[in-house]
Amino acid sequence: MTYLRPTFRHPDLPVNRLGYTFKDYEGGLSTLCAGCGHDSISGAIVQACFELAIEPHRVAKLSGIGCSSKTPTYFLSQSHGFNTVHGRMPSVATGANLANRDLLYLGVSGDGDSASIGMGQFVHAIRRNLNIVYILMNNGCYGLTKGQDSATADVGSKSKSGSVNKFATIDLASLAIELGATFVARSFSGDKSQLVPLIRAAMSHGGFAFLDVVSPCVTFNNNLGSTKSYQYVREHNHAAGTMDFVPPAEEITVRYPENTARELAMHDGSKIVLHKLPTEWDPMDRLSTMKRLHQASMTGEIVTGLLYIEPDSEDLHATLQTVDTPLNALREHDLCPGSRALDEINAAFR
Amino acid sequence: MASRSGVNDFVLRFANVNGTGSASANTLFAKAVFRMGLPVAAKNIFPSNIQGLPTWYEVRVSEKGYLGRREGIDLLVAVNPQSMEKDIRSVAPGGYLVYDDSKQLPPEWRREDIRFLGIPMIRMGMEHFPEPRTQLLMKNVIYVGALTALLDLDPEVVKALLHDQFGEKEKLIAMNIKALELGRNYALEHFDCPLGLRLEKRDLNRGKIMVDGNTATALGALYAGATVAAWYPITPSTSVMDAFAAYCEEYRKDPVTGKNRFAIVQAEDELASIGVVVGAGWNGARAFTATSGPGISLMTEFLGLAYFAEIPAVVVNVQRGGPSTGMPTRTQQADLISSAYASHGDTRHVLLFPSDPGECFELTAQAFDLAERLQTPVLVMTDLDLGMNDHVCHAFSWKDDRSFDRGKVLGAEELEQLKTWGRYLDVDGDGITYRTLPGTHPQKGAFFTRGTSKDEYARYTEDNDAYKRNVDRLMVKWATAARLVPPPELLRCKGQPVAGMLYFGTTAHAAREARDQLAQEGIFVEGIRIRSLPFHEEVRAFLDRYDRVYVVEQNRDAQMRTLLIQELDVPNHKLIPVLHYDGFPIPADTIYQQIRQHWPAAVNV
Repeated sequence: MTYLRPTFRHPDLPVNRLGYTFKDYEGGLSTLCAGCGHDSISGAIVQACFELAIEPHRVAKLSGIGCSSKTPTYFLSQSHGFNTVHGRMPSVATGANLANRDLLYLGVSGDGDSASIGMGQFVHAIRRNLNIVYILMNNGCYGLTKGQDSATADVGSKSKSGSVNKFATIDLASLAIELGATFVARSFSGDKSQLVPLIRAAMSHGGFAFLDVVSPCVTFNNNLGSTKSYQYVREHNHAAGTMDFVPPAEEITVRYPENTARELAMHDGSKIVLHKLPTEWDPMDRLSTMKRLHQASMTGEIVTGLLYIEPDSEDLHATLQTVDTPLNALREHDLCPGSRALDEINAAFR
Repeated sequence: MASRSGVNDFVLRFANVNGTGSASANTLFAKAVFRMGLPVAAKNIFPSNIQGLPTWYEVRVSEKGYLGRREGIDLLVAVNPQSMEKDIRSVAPGGYLVYDDSKQLPPEWRREDIRFLGIPMIRMGMEHFPEPRTQLLMKNVIYVGALTALLDLDPEVVKALLHDQFGEKEKLIAMNIKALELGRNYALEHFDCPLGLRLEKRDLNRGKIMVDGNTATALGALYAGATVAAWYPITPSTSVMDAFAAYCEEYRKDPVTGKNRFAIVQAEDELASIGVVVGAGWNGARAFTATSGPGISLMTEFLGLAYFAEIPAVVVNVQRGGPSTGMPTRTQQADLISSAYASHGDTRHVLLFPSDPGECFELTAQAFDLAERLQTPVLVMTDLDLGMNDHVCHAFSWKDDRSFDRGKVLGAEELEQLKTWGRYLDVDGDGITYRTLPGTHPQKGAFFTRGTSKDEYARYTEDNDAYKRNVDRLMVKWATAARLVPPPELLRCKGQPVAGMLYFGTTAHAAREARDQLAQEGIFVEGIRIRSLPFHEEVRAFLDRYDRVYVVEQNRDAQMRTLLIQELDVPNHKLIPVLHYDGFPIPADTIYQQIRQHWPAAVNV
């Protein structure tokens, strides 16, 4: 069931640059389990959109199937949403994006959706550098079918039923970097102060922005021995560096000492300021990031933060050289060559 | 034995090795016949291979306009040593064999009942052309040259074609004309030309063109304003996208910026192809994919989503021989049921059945209107024979005042006026509801699209009444579809009909010929060519007129018959299957024989 929240607004609610209140970005009441990490991520999405002053109706939110894929009903009720089929959100998002390049595309997926049934589509959306914010709510299990291990479960991780995962984990963040993704971050549903700026930055990126968000499943995978439990993630989270996101209209006010911060210009004129830079790798250098992630996987650390970024990448529309006008706005006279051209075409077949 | 003779009525077959450039020479021959004003059908019979295997090209010339396939080869041009022995056996008694005699034929291959016309094509090629590749290619033009003499094929028409084909490339034209003359002169010097079989100019192709169905389908999509196309390579549909891309490059560039008014994605598989189409359709762009049977199998889940969530999508299914990988380079009409009911649950899709390239163009263009009007997938059902072979048909036409039917889509102003709106609320009573596109209005019109059950206001529900109301409304929409789809075409007969004959797609030519063959023996059948599912109401009226109706189709399981029984509740005993499913296009004789056996008492008139 999708419950609707009351429409009452407190008259003094703060508004953003466009006059929208926080509530304008909310959705239906969540039907996920109490304490589900996914709800925190939905909250972070709402906050990021509010802070960025995005017009809600200019967002299209798409998802696959699973607990994570239910969440688009729980935020941005003024946006069109599409709950597609299992593992195939990337292709639907590709088509939607090609039809109208002017909207912000927000894809939500889960570890079963992206690392198993939809692995092929995930990989190829990256390869095309589809302009989308792709949020993976990663709990290491199949919640909606009651807790089976997923492909992102770590070897040796124990499920609530006591079974131990014997198969190698698939690290989608490493994979995304390997495949040439142009924005890759990892975060934790319990760390909003890190997650919200990452979502804001991802929304300003002009290409495939992947956020792997570890999001514990309170019901089936939050037990002792699980490597995706709240406790485990808190204990092993290596939040490397912090970052600020500065929208286009704003000035960078905080000044950091030289050599401790790095400023990245984004497509839309906004800036990312990385401060307390990670010492172990350079987020602009794919190789060093890969090395760091491999090291972490050996020691059981969970490295979070902005892992890799290529700020001036070209998205699928640039590659396909499509016109600036959204394709869905083109009309007969733009598209149909008409009878005279058809006469020429006919002549070639005589 | 007397040699075969006749004017403008014969079947000629070329036996080649694939990858040797024979296709263009063979097409040159067929096109020259077309330009002589004669009805001609050309069929390429090729292996699932790129180079080195046998390939055949069959040309039927028929002044009467019978352009279906006919058994019996009157003249065979044999240039493939691999298949030569079998090829020689395939010639009808009294027929001719034009063959490469650069090397002597084994004596045991000789036949007394056909005429052997040896031409040293390879040797002549080697003597007159320097490059090995040129020698290989010109050998083909040499036999076309020989045919100009043997069959009275107008050499000037062939030369004009070469000029059209090569344009400014004078060297190429000169080389081809040299090869043409070599072959022609050799035939004139060594044989009594023309043979009994020959061509005479007529004027029967006025207003007509000769083109393959896949090119026509691509043009239909171009003219209908398709902007997003996604596909995965699969024979025999690949050339749909090749042609679409080529036409887009020509006609869909922004004149100022040079940028593309189209986006074509070669996807990772057919699942992604249809996913892209569904996403684009959801977001208001006209989108399509082209595939064949195995691709349809992969697309079924998405087709169910598009049906249930009510999203326009156009899918071109160029059918080939199944099941499984089947015969990928042979033709069948065997995906009817898998397409009509693609996906789990109670699902049904609109199908269109073009029968020639002219209809590929028109029905593909219509498919986009229907898909958006009905907010559902529409499948254009062609086949390998139609898609990949050249067919003579009426020239394409397009009215410049024709507009696209974008269906029931609410814009910002309409939303502003509306007090209530439900995405799945049937306000017009036709089962078609109003949709909105993302980004239209700041406060109104947003909804959540899903493959799960929902109520009239697009809210998720598992309420059994709401579910049932929704799926019942989809049947109301199906009934509306039956009024919008193209009507069938009737094929009258001269006498009082004793039975009906129902067919569709590429069976059309063979059916007409079979009707005439039967009529000659006093068996009059009225034909109906179906062009869509759901069946137009005229189809039921036709079936009601006859006690028996022969249902002619190119599959083993009589799938169209099953659809008729399922959809129209026709008593199954009155629908008599007439089937052909060996992978070759259906010949008239097959239809004639199968119907004829039901009328033992009929006498020749």
